Amino acid sequence: MMNQKLLEVKDLKKYYPVTTGLFNRHIGDVKAVDGVSLDAKVGEILGLVGESGCGKSTLGKTILRLEEPTSGEILYKGTDITKLDKKGLRELRKEIQIIFQDPDASLDPRMTVGDSICEPLTIHNVAGEKEQAERVADLMKQVGLEAGQASHYPHEFSGGQKQRIGIARALAINPKFIIADEPVSALDVSIQAQILNLMMDIQEQFCLTYLFIAHDLSVIKHMAHRIAVMYLGKIVELANKQDLFDNPLHPYTEALLSAVPSLKSKGKNRILLHGDVPSPLNPPSGCHFHPRCHRVLPVCSQREPALAEIAPGHFIACHLYNASNI
Amino acid sequence: MEVNNLKTYFFTRSGVVKAVNGVDFKLRRGECLCLVGESGCGKTVTALSILGLIDSPPGQIVDGEVKYNNLDLATCSPRQLRQIRGKEIAIVFQDAQSALNPVLTVGDQIIEQLQIHLSIKQGEARNKAMTLLDEMGIPSVERVMSSYPHQLSGGMKQRAMIAMSLSCDPQILIADEPTTAVDVTIKAQILDIFRELKTKRQMSLLFITHDLGVVAEIGDRAVVIYGGEDVETAPVSEIIGNPKHPYTAGLIECLPDISKATDRLTSIPGATPNPVELPRGCSFHPRCPKAMEICSRQQPPQIIISDGHKVSCYLYQRST
Repeated sequence: MMNQKLLEVKDLKKYYPVTTGLFNRHIGDVKAVDGVSLDAKVGEILGLVGESGCGKSTLGKTILRLEEPTSGEILYKGTDITKLDKKGLRELRKEIQIIFQDPDASLDPRMTVGDSICEPLTIHNVAGEKEQAERVADLMKQVGLEAGQASHYPHEFSGGQKQRIGIARALAINPKFIIADEPVSALDVSIQAQILNLMMDIQEQFCLTYLFIAHDLSVIKHMAHRIAVMYLGKIVELANKQDLFDNPLHPYTEALLSAVPSLKSKGKNRILLHGDVPSPLNPPSGCHFHPRCHRVLPVCSQREPALAEIAPGHFIACHLYNASNI
Repeated sequence: MEVNNLKTYFFTRSGVVKAVNGVDFKLRRGECLCLVGESGCGKTVTALSILGLIDSPPGQIVDGEVKYNNLDLATCSPRQLRQIRGKEIAIVFQDAQSALNPVLTVGDQIIEQLQIHLSIKQGEARNKAMTLLDEMGIPSVERVMSSYPHQLSGGMKQRAMIAMSLSCDPQILIADEPTTAVDVTIKAQILDIFRELKTKRQMSLLFITHDLGVVAEIGDRAVVIYGGEDVETAPVSEIIGNPKHPYTAGLIECLPDISKATDRLTSIPGATPNPVELPRGCSFHPRCPKAMEICSRQQPPQIIISDGHKVSCYLYQRST
């Protein structure tokens, strides 16, 4: 079952036009997602990691078509999402749900949490009123809340509890695929562990597929089976968790891994990157990473490296691993 | 500097918020002391209290003292405080964007600080500001000097903030979550700057963070804070390798560690307490896996485990 592709993204692009002046002259594009291809198999947790502004959240939203893609294909169970009409989209969203980063902003403060969890059921016309109430109670228990709390408002809950409500709402209509956009980055460490455990349990219980977006490598390592590393709108490395952490090949992945402060890392040799993440409005030529790269080659500023499979299941976009450059 | 039994309360309509409820620690010369805790535990308020930056009303330092050079900062006059603040004790805030003045260039802000505290001329101050920025590893100093904060990236702003706080060669630098708002690769750069500062300038650092990984990187000693109280104080290697308080142990266990594989994270049940109504006795007891009957009745005493390692917990009473 693990080998069946549930979602396949092909050369997806999302550009935001930048305009100026009275006549909105088009002066360029912010290439938030710039030719991303990846796939998620049934029952898999695909981790997506990158720094702020690299386009990981935009990618998540574009897959659900909360943002309209500029070009490319998104195949879900073989159908192209980008070509669906409104009705088709509504059907699709029964299968794909999203959990947002900030539970404060994603829950309506004037709705009781019971109503919030119930809303997807009403929209998709699942079950009658009585069954709906039962379902809400069930869901709340599943995520570790008490059914009696359904009549409370979001402000009466703590951050961790609100995130649980967000998870309950995403689960309401039995989706197959969940996009989790930084679900724990707004939470304290002691609460973070609770939510991660909950998400793992639910995933096993319902055989869900996750696209798990995070900037925290240790969280990603804990959760994901496969990991894609993103830099300035592009995937630079994609591999199994074990391969990626034991043997990171892309210089950016290497630096990212060595930059993580860990309890036992004191005194280890870290690769310090120079400079900041460049603006996606005006990315560097060739490989976007070359101005900060510690293993840069002359070719890097001229040609853009393509994502290539250099070992089974290990994809990388870097000139270092292209035999003709060495 | 020595902080003794510091208590800062906020008197609000919904009750008294006991943000800091008896914190003790000593900051030695040239060391990096970390204050660790989760959001709302009172670590930032502790820092603000030291510098007399608590808004009053509603806030007030109700008890305790902050000893610095034979002076009690908790009770001394605003005028005395003004002379110390920024000059001898400086602070770097978490969010550089809101800590910098958006209508002044970065250069002007650093020069302003220099001229207030050290009576030097404009040109001299300008040169000093440039050297400081250069020391922070900022590539094009001229450009940054004449930039407004919004024109700089997060990492750059944080560096400019650090340069500003260092401008008067402070004895003590308080850093309030300086790496929380920036990306991992930038975080590593900023930590590197702090590490260098400590060794080069022999300065005392009071580093406030929620990230135990950062503590392990940079700290010499650490104070773990929970519910406005210090629950454990020890050298960093002790805190991480041999945590005594159940809360410290829990914090370390619930961290997904990049260097080891685990199937399931151990989590601390429940949520952090509301500082308006702290639980009776030990404020951690409702979440503590090893809670005993006495924990809910009385506040635990401070117990010295070994030299430099003290913990507030009943579990260790018998052994002493």
